[in-house]
Amino acid sequence: MEDYELHDEEFWRKLEEESMSRHAMLRRSAAAAFGVTLLSSPAAAWAARRGGAEALAADGTPLKTLIKAAKKEGHLNVIALPHDWANYGQMISSFKKKYGLGMTEDNPNGSSSQENQAIRSLKGDKRAPDVVDVGPSFAVAGADEGLYRPYKVATYKTIPASMKDARARWYGDYWGAISIGYNANLVKPAPKSFKDLLKPAYKNKVALNGSPLSSNSAVSIVFAAALANGGSVNNITPGIDFFHRLKQAGNFIPVDGTPQTVASGQTPIVLDWDYLNLAYKKEFPAVHWAATIPSDGVYGSFYCQAINAGAPHPNAAKLWMEFLYSDQGQLIWLKGYSHPARFKDLIKRKKVPAALIRALPSSKLYNKVKFATPAQQEKAKAEIAAKWPSI
Amino acid sequence: MAWIGLLPFFAYALLFLFIPAGEVIVGAFKDNKGAATLDHIHKLVHQPYVDQYWLSIKISLITAGLGCLFGLLIAYAALRQGTPRVVRAVVTTFSGVAANFAGIPLAFAFIATLGTIGVVTTFIKDHLHYDLYAHGFTLFGERGVELVYLYFQIPLMILVIAPAVDGLRTEWREAASNLGASSWQYWRHVGIPVLMPSFLGAFILLFGNSFSAYATAYGIAANGISIIPITIGFYYSGNVLFDPHFAEALAFGMFVVLAVMMLLYVPLQRRSARWMR
Repeated sequence: MEDYELHDEEFWRKLEEESMSRHAMLRRSAAAAFGVTLLSSPAAAWAARRGGAEALAADGTPLKTLIKAAKKEGHLNVIALPHDWANYGQMISSFKKKYGLGMTEDNPNGSSSQENQAIRSLKGDKRAPDVVDVGPSFAVAGADEGLYRPYKVATYKTIPASMKDARARWYGDYWGAISIGYNANLVKPAPKSFKDLLKPAYKNKVALNGSPLSSNSAVSIVFAAALANGGSVNNITPGIDFFHRLKQAGNFIPVDGTPQTVASGQTPIVLDWDYLNLAYKKEFPAVHWAATIPSDGVYGSFYCQAINAGAPHPNAAKLWMEFLYSDQGQLIWLKGYSHPARFKDLIKRKKVPAALIRALPSSKLYNKVKFATPAQQEKAKAEIAAKWPSI
Repeated sequence: MAWIGLLPFFAYALLFLFIPAGEVIVGAFKDNKGAATLDHIHKLVHQPYVDQYWLSIKISLITAGLGCLFGLLIAYAALRQGTPRVVRAVVTTFSGVAANFAGIPLAFAFIATLGTIGVVTTFIKDHLHYDLYAHGFTLFGERGVELVYLYFQIPLMILVIAPAVDGLRTEWREAASNLGASSWQYWRHVGIPVLMPSFLGAFILLFGNSFSAYATAYGIAANGISIIPITIGFYYSGNVLFDPHFAEALAFGMFVVLAVMMLLYVPLQRRSARWMR
């Protein structure tokens, strides 16, 4: 066990060292993509890769053929993937390096609705996004509208059933929980729960990551606050009331928490996804950012990956999906502090380096996580639309 | 045939003003399947939208009013005959720049100065031992947004009222004094009537300028101030309230408010300009 851990930590260290020769890197990552334990000699890694060529991409295309077809297309269009979001920066650079495809990244800060809209309005255009990463309600609506092409990645079976569409038109890619991020220089004592946030010590300090009137992430925060205050995924009202009280107490600042406001210290406490708050920790060492999962309300939400039905580069899109759902792709997400869809499978197969586990808040807190269904979310949004403007 | 030179302008106005505005008006009466409906318009006259329109109108009236008042006073002080040329040059140049400084950069500038950890806020706290935010001041609410709007409203007023202030001749004042008029009488019968038509026009301009502002308020407090342009943004591109036709209905409501303003303005303007005829 210990050996194995050392091994994997070594892998991550090497992956980070750009000094590593590109060839060796390609071999190592190719091996990792097939879930083969890393082999130290390049020759062995090559052998592993050849052996893996028999692995079938789930719609019947051997992965080797898929890679060839994707390389022929030579390009992949993605949309709405900020580099500091769930480690997408590394995901994109690793993919490019591994397969040598060009990538166009459109509208990095776009919303789910803009992603679906791009599929609609760029139909038949070679600039259209090949793949999208959208919230579940948008995935359901998009699938109903016929925007997506069904596709099963090789690892499809290991994605939890609750996170996938029955017809494989979309499936969950990673999930996160709402967390409290705070600037340890300015915020004392450390807040641990939603209840704590009402204390006078946090006057003019608490910010959300957006408005619940326009951002799904912000709606999730209200859900978490509801769970903390006697509500449930069926009843978001206590969450709205909580923010009313927070505003009355003078603790709520209506500034959207962003990497910039975190770095400048303008938003000393930011409620946001754990993978974002934990990433700030590393990104801005000077502000001593810290993050915790509120002990009284743990709400999680996942995003969904789907291929555009009219993707201009369908094979590159499939290859991207294979990459995302490979062990390597999944661990890149985990390294960005988001829980990948195949997290349990990775744990079971002991593929998660201990260092990555240690970087996350206690799994005891994560175990309390609750998810709302798209229907529950729709109901909550309607209530927010009516009540939030007057909190 | 000289009007032919205007064709590019008309084409431009058609493409970027009349066609989009027409689209918005038509869209406001469509439901999400494209069928005609009055539902959206009906929703406008209910909460929370009534409050949001009122807040938008209130902010616009306050910033247009204060902008007009201070802009006029500054313009008068800086531009009337006898003021050193350098003051004039500085005021007009600054106004030209400041009137166009808006949106996210302006919001950022204010957050960096008067935000919770802005340089001015911190300076006052550290050196004058007065914590603005502990005493109820906040940049992130209605008053804050008004303060920020004044940053471009006052200079805009200076620019648009300058020609009228320039037109106030010293000779008129002298003539009035020679005929025994007091200062009050001069303003009542000469100064104010001369300035009034331009003043009213400027007020309408400032009102519209503030009423339609989006990015500035969004940059400061998207989450804390429910004005109509921000709500339109939520409905148009949000993940939560997505409903483009209702967004168009909200925009249509803004047209109506501006139309009412114009209906009030036209007769007032005509009356105030009577002396010119």
